[in-house]
Amino acid sequence: MIELENVAYSYGGAELFAEVSLAITPGSFHFLTGPSGAGKTTFLKLCYGDLTATAGRVGLFGKDRRDMTRDDVALARRRIGVVHQDCQFLDHLPLAENVALPLSVSGRTAEADGNLNDLLAWVGLAAQARQLPPQLSGGERQRAALARAVIMSPDLIIADEPTGNIDWEMSQRLLTLLVELNRMGKAVMIATHDLNLIRAAKAQVSARVLRLRGARLVAAGAEL
Amino acid sequence: MRVEIGRVLSLMVGDPEADRAVPPTGFTAWLTLFTAGAMAFLTVFALALSLATGRLADRWSSELARTATLRISAPPDQVAAQTRAALKVLQETPGIATARAMTEAEQKALLEPWFGPDLPLDTLPLPQLIEITETAQGYDATGLRARLQAEVPGAVLDDHTRWREPLVAAASRLRTLGFAAIALIAASTAAMITLAARAALAANAQVIRVLRLVGARDVYIARAFVRRFTLRALAGAAAGTVAGMVAIWLLPPAAPAGGFLTGLGFQGAGWLWPLVIPPLAAIVAFAATRAAALRTLRKQT
Repeated sequence: MIELENVAYSYGGAELFAEVSLAITPGSFHFLTGPSGAGKTTFLKLCYGDLTATAGRVGLFGKDRRDMTRDDVALARRRIGVVHQDCQFLDHLPLAENVALPLSVSGRTAEADGNLNDLLAWVGLAAQARQLPPQLSGGERQRAALARAVIMSPDLIIADEPTGNIDWEMSQRLLTLLVELNRMGKAVMIATHDLNLIRAAKAQVSARVLRLRGARLVAAGAEL
Repeated sequence: MRVEIGRVLSLMVGDPEADRAVPPTGFTAWLTLFTAGAMAFLTVFALALSLATGRLADRWSSELARTATLRISAPPDQVAAQTRAALKVLQETPGIATARAMTEAEQKALLEPWFGPDLPLDTLPLPQLIEITETAQGYDATGLRARLQAEVPGAVLDDHTRWREPLVAAASRLRTLGFAAIALIAASTAAMITLAARAALAANAQVIRVLRLVGARDVYIARAFVRRFTLRALAGAAAGTVAGMVAIWLLPPAAPAGGFLTGLGFQGAGWLWPLVIPPLAAIVAFAATRAAALRTLRKQT
């Protein structure tokens, strides 16, 4: 699905990481950890085609990222649901329209009516459908971002510090949703520095934990 | 090719969903409306100028091309005799269809625009004018002049060439300048709308980031801006065109004694020409916004 082969990424002359190889396969569950500034977000951006590696090969659904047109990347993004730490909503649109945005941009608006209510109910936001994003709490925004990420039934869900702004109880709720999606066959990749979240997830699913350290991607220690 | 045509059509038709994804932008909306309106207003005047000068050139060209004037300046007691002699010469000249001595009233009418209606014609030493109309084949002006010089010493033949050609050339040049002004107005409109579109794109950088994150293609994002700017330009240009047409309509009507300015305006089917301006403004806005949007989106990651 997503393959990284000896990938390196440099920015402003500084090497963020190098010789990184990873294969994200259907149904897999990965955690990505590392200190702040290690390049977790950059790594995720390489995985969903937002950045191009400075060396090595990144394959998105069988295509080399370097050979992909802008339209190819857009189409690949429709198969990857992304949850950002800051959620990234269109603040002038109600929550329901924000969640349905991936369907709108891919011309599948008609599908929104049936699925949207079920999806909002699944993430516990049915009552907030008409509210604008600034009116929602941090936890509600994170769950809405997750709903938007999965509305296209993507093959892979990438979440960048999804529990960074929410309390433990809400983190557990969000994790449960992600685990549920993984059990439905979706690949999940979560970047986090929250070790408790990783431990809680490992109790429920078989998750592989990776760590960005010293500009290399390594398997995390036995403590996880 | 088919894909490209499809893209252009989808951009033209627009997408209300895409349109909703971009929040309304106040100042660029007003800038586009105002620019399109003002430019359309100016275009109506440039068009009126072009059409009026075109008509003038055609009129001078056609009305004067087959006519000539014979002027007889002689002592008062010889004017009648020389007029008769001149008419005889003209009737015998091949290529002349008609030759007619103008009456005193007709000559007075010719001078009226310059000296007013109360002209004391009988106190002025006016020459006698003979109006000549050529046949399609035309006449030999050099030969006629030589014969007139011999038989009618006070006669001077004016075939209008020396002042008709520069006037027609000037009118034609003015018409060309009018069309050049329209082209410049269109280019200025495109430049202003490009600036407004770029400002709108820059103001909505975060919206574009989110749309791209969820898989929007460039054409989808561009569509929202293109549709909006095209409709604004169409609305602004429609208002400007109506205002311009009203202003032209309110100009003083062409009087028989009038000169160039009173003829400035549209005549008959010419009133339909300004209706082309709003769709043209929309096409200019469409092309300018599309180019600006796609170029800006390509520059972004």
